[in-house]
Order: sequence, then C-alpha cells, then structure tokens
Amino acid sequence: MSTRGFHRRRATADHGRLPPGQYLEGGFPVLSAGPTPRTPLSEWTFSITGEVDGERSWTWEEFQALPRETPTVDIHCVTSWSKFDTTWEGVSVDTLLEDVEPLGGYVTAFCDGGYTTNLPVEDVTGGKAWVVFGYDGEPLEPEHGGPARLLVPHLYFWKSAKWVRGLRFMEYDEPGFWETLGYHDRGDPWLEQRYQGD
Amino acid sequence: MSSATRATDWRFATVAAIAPETPRAATLTLDVPGWRGHRAGQHLDVRLTADDGYRAQRSYSIASAPEDEKPQITVQELEDGEVSPWFVQVAREGDRFEVRGPFGGWFVWDAAQTEPLFLVAGGSGIVPLMSMLRHRRNQGSAVPVRLLLSVREPDDVFYARELETIGAEVVITYTRRPPAGWDGYARRVDRDMLQEVALLGGRAYVCGPTTFVESVADLLIELGQAPADIRTERFGGG
Repeated sequence: MSTRGFHRRRATADHGRLPPGQYLEGGFPVLSAGPTPRTPLSEWTFSITGEVDGERSWTWEEFQALPRETPTVDIHCVTSWSKFDTTWEGVSVDTLLEDVEPLGGYVTAFCDGGYTTNLPVEDVTGGKAWVVFGYDGEPLEPEHGGPARLLVPHLYFWKSAKWVRGLRFMEYDEPGFWETLGYHDRGDPWLEQRYQGD
Repeated sequence: MSSATRATDWRFATVAAIAPETPRAATLTLDVPGWRGHRAGQHLDVRLTADDGYRAQRSYSIASAPEDEKPQITVQELEDGEVSPWFVQVAREGDRFEVRGPFGGWFVWDAAQTEPLFLVAGGSGIVPLMSMLRHRRNQGSAVPVRLLLSVREPDDVFYARELETIGAEVVITYTRRPPAGWDGYARRVDRDMLQEVALLGGRAYVCGPTTFVESVADLLIELGQAPADIRTERFGGG
C-alpha cells in the first residue's frame, strides 16, 4: 500500500548498488555512542590476541611500514544512508594474519572507548576487511575513527569499528556493543539484517 | 497479530493527530497496532512507499513518554530532504505508513536511575531528550536535571510551552537571533557556558548535529566528566 502524497525526490541511477531500505548520501554522517577518544600515536598499538597460535602487536610506526592497500568501496550505515566509492588506505587483515593462525572461528574487534564488535573470521579474511588510517587521501579524522578503524564494507558500517586497537580471536561468537543492544549479530545490508530478529 | 508482534515487524501506523511544532517541524501522534511502549531515548524506523513502488526508510527518535499509549515523533523538515518534507508538509490525520520498533538500547534513560541528568540538545536533538524529561516527570523522579538547548532562533524551539512546566532547569542559547530583550546566552555552546551550566558527575546525554555533539562531548571531558558517562546521538543525512 502506498503512502498518499509521497514521491521519489532523489535520482537513484545506481539502483542495483543500493541495498534494500538504503538511500544515497553525499556527505559522510557520523554515528557514535559516546565521545571521540583521542589516543596519541606514541601510545597506539594494534594487537592480534586470543585464540591464535601466537599473539602479535605493532606500534604505529611498525603498522605504517606494513604493505598498504587502497580499497575503493561502497559503505552502508544501519541508519539507512549509503555512500558510494569511498576511498581508504590501510592494511588488509589478511596481511596482519600472514604469520598468525586463527584457532577460533570468531573475532571481536576492540577499540579505544570500550567499543567492541563481533564478526565471523570469514568476514574479515579473504580480501574483505582492512584496518585503515587514511580516507580520501588524508589521515583518517578522529570523528570518523582515526587514527585507525576497521573497514568491513560488505556489512553494515557499525561492524567497521572506529578507533580499533586489535582483533581478539575467539572460539565462540560473543555479541559486541551494538549487538548486545538489539542490533543484528551479522549485519548483512543485502539481507537487511539491521536488528536482532531481522 | 498484536500479541505476536515483534519490534522488527513492519506494520501500518495511522496518523492519529498532527500538530505543527515550529514553522518547519511537526509532531505526529501514531496509532501503531501492537505497540508495547518504548524506553525514553529510543527511535523507530519509518518506511514510505510511493505509487510507483519506490520506498524510502528513515529512523526518527520518539518524543512521547514511555507511559503514553501512542508514540509521537517530531520531524524537522530538512532542505533537500526526501522523507522529512512529507511529514511536515503533506501528512494529515488518517494517513498511513509503515513503522517498526522501538529500537536502540544505549541512548536511553530510565527513571530508576538516580544520578543527576544533564541533557544537551542542538536544535531537533531535543526530541529523544524530551521523552526522557516526560518520563522523569511522569514517574515523579527527583533526580536533578538540567537541559541546555542550543537553537538558532526562537522559532526553532520544540515543545516551548511544555518545557516551562516540565520540572527541569532549562537553559537556552540562541546562536543566530535571540528574542527581543533577551539577556541570556546568545552564542554557540562553549567551554565557559558549559562550566556555568553543566551538571557534572552524573549522566550526560548529548544529541544534535555531528559537529555540535563532537564539540560538546569534548568540552564535557575537558571539564572532568567521565567519557563513559557521556552518551551521544548524532544526526546525519536526510
């Protein structure tokens, strides 16, 4: 049933690129549960911990020396905006796991400010996820997750955890911050998995 | 359907009442089958469908109190918006559209909480905070509460009359055009203003446009508020 007097106002040329219920956004809105943490780069580290055959940790300088990629991807926020062709710079999670054997099937990304999000290992491996520190040719701004955030563009953007400091591999799936508060455990935008129960 | 309705189920809401809130915003009271209340601060999702099948979906904060039988949303019309102009310019009593919810479990306040409450709103960011203030009033909560509201001009103040009797200290700052004879704040929220107005040490809720929320949250931390006691909700997109 249609809504009386409601009409499309926006051109949606790339219809096949827009997941159900999403609209195209030109700006870059911000969604966070709390204040923006600011960690000095001298104190920043990135760690691989938990159920792995050997833990790893990088300082900011060491992290910068890793092989870089510049993915151009579409991103989809659960609040229903999408943004096409965003360009990032960072390190593939595959690169971080080159010398590490994950033993558990799940991973929790942990962050400054206490934020966490959970993902199956297969959603962060195989060229599907990065830890990025650059956006649109510039250092990633704190409000968008800088100095570094996770980038998992095939899932709703809350899975691309801001201010990320490491990945904890786990044997069990443990719901993260938003997942505990009623948001979907996996968050596939093409299946419109916004909330628990979707 | 009612007993089995889940928050994630889409159902048709009927506009039970609509009232202009400001020249560019309206409050809609909704009849939602199977609605079982919400927590103050939560939002619902709406979906409008055009005759050609085109659908648009948005999230709106709930303005009414959890105690109210019918949820209310207040929608501010955005320039170049696609959905918000329908609510403000077109919608009338009896119109139907799809909704689901309530959703959100972080930016919520319950009257069982005892810490002082400091609410900071930029413009239409007052909507979820109004639900908290109404909840507090309805429950007879004695928790100290202060609302700092930043708006451009008097026409931008939602719920102006009700705010006078809501039982909270309300401080307004006008950033563009204060009312005639105004001797209160007439600038953007800054450190000095927060130092004078903020209730620190309790729970702070900040809602508004991104730059506003970023700035207020950072200043509250500078003034000593624990980051874990600052909950934020940011508006973006249209």
